[in-house]
Amino acid sequence: MLQDRDRIFTNLYGFHDPFLKGAQARGDWDRTKEFLGNGQEWIIEQVKESGMRGRGGAGFPTGMKWSFMPKEVGERPHYLVVNADEGEPGTCKDRDIMRHDPHKLVEGCLIASYSMRAHTCYIYVRGEFYRETEALQRAIDEAYDAGLIGKNACGSGFDFDLYIHRGMGAYICGEETALINSIEGKKGQPRLKPPFPAGVGVYGCPTTVNNVESIAAVPTILRRGASWFADLGRPKNSGTKLFCISGHVNKPCNVEEEMGIPLRELIEKHAGGVRGGWDNLLAIIPGGSSVPMLPKSICDTVLMDFDSLREVQSGLGTAAVIVMDKSTDLVRAITRLAKFYTHESCGQCTPCREGTGWMWRVMERMSQGKASVEEIDMLFDVSKQIEGHTICALGDAAAWPIQGLIRHFRPEMEARLLGATSTGTTQSRAAE
Amino acid sequence: MPKLTIDGIEVEVPAGSTVLQAAESIGIEIPRFCYHERLSIAGNCRMCLVEVSPGPPKPAASCALPVAEGMIVKTDSPLAVKARKGVMEFLLINHPLDCPICDQGGECDLQDQALAFGYDRSRYNEPKRAVEEKYMGPLVSTEMTRCIHCTRCIRFATEVAGVPELGAVGRGEHMEVTTYVERAIDSELSGNLVDLCPVGALTNKAYAYIARPWELKKTESIDVFDAVGTNIRIDSRGGEVLRVLPRINEDVNEEWLADKGRYAIDGLKRQRLDRPYVRKDGRLQPATWAEAFGAIAERVKGASGASMAALAGDMACAESMVLLRDLMSSLGSRSLDCRQDGAAFDVTQRESYLFNSGIAGIDEADALLIVGSNPRWEAPVINARIRKRYLRGGFKVAMIGEPRDLTYKHENLGAGVDVLRQVAAGTHPFAEVLKVAERPMIILGMGALTRPDGAAVLALANTLATDLGVVKDGWNGFNVLHTAAARVGGLEAGFVPGPNGRDLEGILKGCESGAVDFVYLLGADEIPMARLGKAFVVYQGSHGDAGAMRADVVLPGAAYTEKDATYVNTEGRCQRTHRAVFPPGDAREDWAILRALSEVLGHKLPQDSLAQVRDRLASVSAVFDDDTAVPVSAWGTFGEPGGEPGELADAPFESVITTYYMTDPISRASRTMAECTEVYGKGNQQRTGTNG
Amino acid sequence: MSSHAPDPNVPEPASFAFTEANMVEATKIIAKYPAGRQRSAVMPLLDIAQRQEGWLSRTAMDYVADLLSVPPIRVYEVATFYTMYRLRPTGKHHIELCTNIACWLRGSDDVKRAAEDVFGVPFGSSNDDVTLEEVECAGACVNAPVVAYKDDYYEDLTYDTAKALFQAMKDGKPLTPGSQIGRQTSCPEGGPTTLKESA
Repeated sequence: MLQDRDRIFTNLYGFHDPFLKGAQARGDWDRTKEFLGNGQEWIIEQVKESGMRGRGGAGFPTGMKWSFMPKEVGERPHYLVVNADEGEPGTCKDRDIMRHDPHKLVEGCLIASYSMRAHTCYIYVRGEFYRETEALQRAIDEAYDAGLIGKNACGSGFDFDLYIHRGMGAYICGEETALINSIEGKKGQPRLKPPFPAGVGVYGCPTTVNNVESIAAVPTILRRGASWFADLGRPKNSGTKLFCISGHVNKPCNVEEEMGIPLRELIEKHAGGVRGGWDNLLAIIPGGSSVPMLPKSICDTVLMDFDSLREVQSGLGTAAVIVMDKSTDLVRAITRLAKFYTHESCGQCTPCREGTGWMWRVMERMSQGKASVEEIDMLFDVSKQIEGHTICALGDAAAWPIQGLIRHFRPEMEARLLGATSTGTTQSRAAE
Repeated sequence: MPKLTIDGIEVEVPAGSTVLQAAESIGIEIPRFCYHERLSIAGNCRMCLVEVSPGPPKPAASCALPVAEGMIVKTDSPLAVKARKGVMEFLLINHPLDCPICDQGGECDLQDQALAFGYDRSRYNEPKRAVEEKYMGPLVSTEMTRCIHCTRCIRFATEVAGVPELGAVGRGEHMEVTTYVERAIDSELSGNLVDLCPVGALTNKAYAYIARPWELKKTESIDVFDAVGTNIRIDSRGGEVLRVLPRINEDVNEEWLADKGRYAIDGLKRQRLDRPYVRKDGRLQPATWAEAFGAIAERVKGASGASMAALAGDMACAESMVLLRDLMSSLGSRSLDCRQDGAAFDVTQRESYLFNSGIAGIDEADALLIVGSNPRWEAPVINARIRKRYLRGGFKVAMIGEPRDLTYKHENLGAGVDVLRQVAAGTHPFAEVLKVAERPMIILGMGALTRPDGAAVLALANTLATDLGVVKDGWNGFNVLHTAAARVGGLEAGFVPGPNGRDLEGILKGCESGAVDFVYLLGADEIPMARLGKAFVVYQGSHGDAGAMRADVVLPGAAYTEKDATYVNTEGRCQRTHRAVFPPGDAREDWAILRALSEVLGHKLPQDSLAQVRDRLASVSAVFDDDTAVPVSAWGTFGEPGGEPGELADAPFESVITTYYMTDPISRASRTMAECTEVYGKGNQQRTGTNG
Repeated sequence: MSSHAPDPNVPEPASFAFTEANMVEATKIIAKYPAGRQRSAVMPLLDIAQRQEGWLSRTAMDYVADLLSVPPIRVYEVATFYTMYRLRPTGKHHIELCTNIACWLRGSDDVKRAAEDVFGVPFGSSNDDVTLEEVECAGACVNAPVVAYKDDYYEDLTYDTAKALFQAMKDGKPLTPGSQIGRQTSCPEGGPTTLKESA
């Protein structure tokens, strides 16, 4: 198990003062000027060496992403945008960073912006996180007042402005180009790529979009050294990670753990175990609603990192572990997600706009037993017609939970549909 | 230039091209709905998915994918075809499939593509989406349940028309294309929305439930509602013109058509002169052709040429003008004018009355001064081209005239003549803008030239153009924007006062004094009829408008859709209309009327066929001769017809058009245009739709 | 009907203008964005308008469009895209219950029932007194189920605690945001498994 001294987010639960004094007592804002003094390339190199992969879901190597930014500032200024539009069902980690450890984020914004020659950074916080925004704004104000950011940030000679931009209720704004559109005051519809944000982002300027957790981890990585981070976890899956454990566990919680921790250990050590014991486990969605679920047999042994979960046709995503015990009506659970993706589709491109609603309605019937067994194949086919055909990844995210359900629980689905046909009644919903 | 392989064919295209364009260049058409070459790329319909390697193992939208060296594209691989079939299925699940009652039926992209990529049955067993009706004004019908959300209409309104009034509200499957406030689209180009809509969501309101495309006779022609010379296609059935669509001509109208040209056509069926009339006992009485000609002959007999005059209207064809000129000449009259607005051109110098840079020249200009014109109303298609140039950046536009929303940013320098004088003298800051520009342009509208001091304004503009480099080696940015389709043709055909002949004002004065007592109006309706005094008036034209009301003899002519006729646009481009339908009743093609009349008058014109009339035109001006290049004369001084330009007046410059939808006998007869005048004319639109 | 669709029966206010304080706030927000990019302020300004008016009328949207020199349709697009804009007035108590997977697994149906029992109207309905609305994932999943009310989250609800909460709302009694079972935010119930020394 990860030692406390190796934890980054030492005020995860808010037992201590989240603000400047408390933050500095926990080591934040220490040697920041020195890091900036080491230069842009050094910072990016450190982040690359740490092996950190983006904490927002896609797992793209953070340092490499930063290195895509132009090395010189031309006519167009550079921007850093922090994605705090946390909305992936199951996920609530960035919320804790913003309300309990906001200075880690603010400091990270400065360092990351400096390394990418961005004098302005916007943090895009989902609108529902009103109190979290207040806490973060307070931290920003403190940092300005203390000269840590603003003109000549930390005495480095670097001018840096940091602003919060609040979302107003659109999951899709977690997609980086939708988020950029939203910052520009537009609908949160994803843009076509290419061009990528590093070339054409906010206001048509070079932009990098990073997750809160990625940015907030950077100061500690610099302070502890890239190798410290890299040595945690497994190669290409290094570091610590905030896990959100929700659903049918005895003690749902957030916790920072080492990457690659066995799923079962994670749940049993920190979340009080599965409700009714490990054997009462039915399935787990290991990385937020967008990744396919895993049946217990895989959960028994799987490790919680990018590559391990990819090997079992799922993903680490946001590391939001949603646990479902045997009382769960899985069809209904996935139906709820299908409804979610229908609701959150931006409507821009055809497969997602039309397909998500179709899948949801079929799922709705299936959860009531009012569908034929053949429709399972059709549903799978429709999900495949969406996957990979859309502008952004929401289409994939809508398809995968359904594909995961069919992949692992097809007999259960068939039984329900056949049972409904033979008895003319729908099965009772176990989870209700 | 990157080289790539598409369906096994190697192709080299300019860097920055998209895969879809590259495919098109070698004749491979990739199906698409949202992509349109004149709009920004949306990439949302996903119909154009193709297989691309190297790249992720999923299909890519070819409309948005830039080509890269060594790319291998498959447009018809199983992966691509399956992807397209999937997209088609998604497009159809919520589409009403109401083709039998849809006006788009038979010319619907969705229908066509469904044939290629659709399934023969639906797997969709869920309730279909229905979308509430939207109101977009008197010209565009909506049936938004059919909408496939390609957003072409939104992009057109925002980008080309410059009226950001359409949007997609809501999200996901509830996304709807709408104005949200239920108001008419405030654009003179709104009919193009209908053309752009790939399905039957936006259709032509005036053409609703009238015909199927396969029933229509399609005739290529030219629009005459402004001087742009928009290339059009006239769709007719039997004797009726049912609709007008634009044809592509990159140099003229690209592929747009202004609303008047598209929607005023119901005016072709109303107020028509379908038989000759002769005034007897103070009232116009139906007559035969012989009676009408006889009445004219009786009046002309023995009359002196000096007492006779002729005026040509804004839609007169060059053929009829040249014949009328010849006839008047043989009668001894040199009092002719094709400028019923009295515009002051130097008719001896073509450069003084042409849009010299050409319409396409706008694309190359880098500064523009508009004087006395509202191009948005006078030539909506040209205005869209100016806007297109503006959007590319590096294009400063200023205007001298009343403040107008031109759909692009421009500086209004004021409306007074003094401003023009300052610019011409180089003392106004905008003079510097023109001077440093590589290809500066000035657009001189009729509002500047139809004033009493028009000649002086022209002279001033001439000075300005010369001094500020608007005309230089390889570039002539001196542009006159006409409002009448007939005007340049008339000037080229010599329908202007001859030696000792009277111009418009002279003719009117002559009528008032009695010195002129015979006036031949060739479709001229925009003159102050009261000033014709006691003159004997012959009106030859298509509509019972002001001219016919005043006439003593009415000769029913043909509208532009009913004859093979020649028009020269504001650039000096000679183009021809073709007969789509026959003139109504006893009405005849105009050149034939004049030819017949000349015989009755005893001054028989030698032309017996249209071909001979055109030969005659060609002999008058090379513009009319397909085989002869039009000579370009050296840039000179003009605007001083009498040697003296006269005094400039202080009056502000104003556009000559006050109501876009009603400018001529046809649009004045059009119910659709009347409705538009009602809806748009009030300045602030009523909220219609919900409150009726 | 969700508060996210306009109600044709609700008349538009005759006019709208920011209060002086809100105008100061709006000016501050506009200054966050580069010159000429004031359109970026559309979302926060609509939020201010909504907070001022209680809901977001078209009149207010037009006001914001005018203030920022943005075509009104672009503002309508934004207002109808983001679900936190209330395009019609809501009840005095606007209760938003997350029913997404994490909340559902931990009994959001019970919370729904509690709301219906306290307010006596079906979930999803709205009247002058109360609007009971389903929302998507609130992002507080380890404290599920969650209700959002006036910028605060009420977490770890059960039927009973939810009922008490709703009753308190109805009675106008003070509320305590956060976990309703008294645990420290997202920390495991009963105490942390990590960072114990510092706890």
